Amino acid sequence: MQDGMRGAPGGGAPGAAGSSLPLRLSELRYAAGGVEIIRGITLAIEAGPPTLLVGPNGAGKSVLLRLMHGLLRPGGGTLRWAGGAGEASRDAPRDVMVFQRPVMLRRSVLANAAYPLRLRGLRRGEARARAEQALARVGLGGFAARPARRLSGGEQQRLALARAWALAPEVLFLDEPTANLDPAATRAVEAIVAAIAEGGTKVVMTSHDLGQARRLAGDIVFLHHGRVLERAAAPAFFAGPATPEAAAFLRGDLLW
Amino acid sequence: MDDLGAALTAAFGLLTELDPRLLGIVALSLEVSLTAVLLAALVGLPLGALLAVARFPGRGAAIAACNALMGLPPVVAGLVLYLLLSRSGPLGGLGLLFTPAAMVLAQAVLVAPILTALSAQAMETLWEDLSELLRSFGIGPATAMRTLLWEGRFALPTVLLAGFGRAAAEVGAVMIVGGNIEGYTRVMTTAIALETSKGDLPLALALGLVLLAVVLAVNGLAQALRGAAARAEG
Repeated sequence: MQDGMRGAPGGGAPGAAGSSLPLRLSELRYAAGGVEIIRGITLAIEAGPPTLLVGPNGAGKSVLLRLMHGLLRPGGGTLRWAGGAGEASRDAPRDVMVFQRPVMLRRSVLANAAYPLRLRGLRRGEARARAEQALARVGLGGFAARPARRLSGGEQQRLALARAWALAPEVLFLDEPTANLDPAATRAVEAIVAAIAEGGTKVVMTSHDLGQARRLAGDIVFLHHGRVLERAAAPAFFAGPATPEAAAFLRGDLLW
Repeated sequence: MDDLGAALTAAFGLLTELDPRLLGIVALSLEVSLTAVLLAALVGLPLGALLAVARFPGRGAAIAACNALMGLPPVVAGLVLYLLLSRSGPLGGLGLLFTPAAMVLAQAVLVAPILTALSAQAMETLWEDLSELLRSFGIGPATAMRTLLWEGRFALPTVLLAGFGRAAAEVGAVMIVGGNIEGYTRVMTTAIALETSKGDLPLALALGLVLLAVVLAVNGLAQALRGAAARAEG
């Protein structure tokens, strides 16, 4: 496990001492336009293999991810990272997010990968070097000079992952990163996600693809109607779901 | 109709022999309008980026004001600036009235709201696309504005050209604050107005043709830039 593709280019070992994990949510709530989307979630995200948030459409997976990342502000409850406010002094960011639809800047592939590194104050040369490394690791080494928005959907998603990976974050949030991709591109993205996780970055990912969840997950959080119905190690969840809703979801039945 | 034919022939004569009086007027026009656009861009583009990024009370009113000012009648802008710059006005001490500098200022006042409103529009579209990513990276408003200005580099030249078109074509403001002094503050539009009323149709027509050519060239350039931008953005 430890000798596979390593993450954290020059960023030290994420998830080691001084970790920001676990991330603890307590009675977390969120509503938009009078509709309750997250209805009291208590959950701890610990260091370790990927945590997959699964559940039917509208379960609140993406919103929960955005709440944890800080893009949305909770309507109630608390969300606490361990380690408090030590973020600013660290070399690597605490958490980074990759979106379902990759957002590309109108620049070259390399400039896209280097952009957040430059934002963190790295010199141009160092940012480029780290971005180039990250591009090579996702198989985009030969694409550095191309305009990012001309890449295929799968290549753009790999670039988005490289951009996040180059930052060597402690936690990587992934929102349905393969939802719009064909099977080959999906496999490529899954391999990258697995490599990032092996490098010591905690991956927290939403998916409604059960095959993907089986392939990647260390543990499963099953969401339904804005609540956590089950939290279990992946093999246990797939072998014997504890709730009828999860069983129905695994069978592929519609859940309402 | 013979008058028009003769005037046109004479106008072409002035153009082909590169009449120095005509060239001087054309050069001053371009200089004044280009400087005005540059000046307005220094104010308008950052303001546009700010309006695209920032959410503050009064933002809607600010955008509405910019949109309204896009239609500001040049003579009104000229009049206000005249009052400010005239000997007894608050800025009279600068001695700018009836100088090219005053004309630059007047056109910049006309162009700045256009650049602000149009660039805000263009960058707001970009911001919708990028805001989640950029907020995810934790960037502040100042960095967001700089990023948007760079991301908008394919769209913003078209905005600048729209501003230049407005500046080059207006007559009222430069007439009032410039005074249409021959060889000093006479530009294409004011010369056309004057020569037409004097009956010197060849010079008026020749300048009209140049002005038309400038406006057409600007529009052609804008279109070419849009095409190039579409290709470059992929």
